[in-house]
Amino acid sequence: MSAPAEGVFAALADPTRWRVLSLLAERGEGTATSLAGELPVSRVAVVKHLAILDRAGLVKGRREGREVRYTVRTEPLGETARWMAGIASQWDARLAAIKRMAEEG
Amino acid sequence: MVPNQIERETVINAPVERVWELITEAEHLGRWFGDAGAEIDLRPGGAMVLRWSEYGTSRGRVVAVEPRTRFSYRWAPFREPGGEEPVEGNSTLVEFTLQPDGDATRLRVVESGFASLATSAEQRAKNFNGNSEGWAHETGELREYAEKVAA
Repeated sequence: MSAPAEGVFAALADPTRWRVLSLLAERGEGTATSLAGELPVSRVAVVKHLAILDRAGLVKGRREGREVRYTVRTEPLGETARWMAGIASQWDARLAAIKRMAEEG
Repeated sequence: MVPNQIERETVINAPVERVWELITEAEHLGRWFGDAGAEIDLRPGGAMVLRWSEYGTSRGRVVAVEPRTRFSYRWAPFREPGGEEPVEGNSTLVEFTLQPDGDATRLRVVESGFASLATSAEQRAKNFNGNSEGWAHETGELREYAEKVAA
């Protein structure tokens, strides 16, 4: 089974990172400075979180002068949701197989 | 937040004893989980081997065995065929609970730990970046050397 979502899980495992991503999604775009202004963490910490989100393909950055302006990329999140749904439907199929085997006697 | 677990449930018109056999005996596991056979040492810490005709082999490790009530194991759903030993950080936990419901059995399965897989993936990403920095450093040295030689 391939796991396109693995890097995404990694990126989202941290609650602060999740807040960085949510805030970016709400605001449409943001920089490490603007995001740090709205979160109880330092700008340096936000830069690190953005780098991890960037590696996972969850945000994309565009350099503007001294700052990098980030926006959210929604495709990997959709991919993760689909992947989880895939695992859930595998379990549905397995439970159905157990049920069939049990009821056949 | 990204969901960390998947929960599924079904009601089976058969007694818990029968359902217990189906989820814990190699003969049956190899049919509904893998499709090309299975091996299981049914005790906490016991080894599991699951085989698929198309995907190869995956290893599991039994965690809890409470006859006719609870059965859980770890397995590494992301591993390549024949992959590494499932431990915390590279595997998910699958937990079955069985509950009598009249003459039937309520069978519930929870697969959890997707976020902890995540942490190990992050660690691997760090390792990978560490390596690529190493390479960048070395190719830099090589370029300096080449430039000196050319000068």
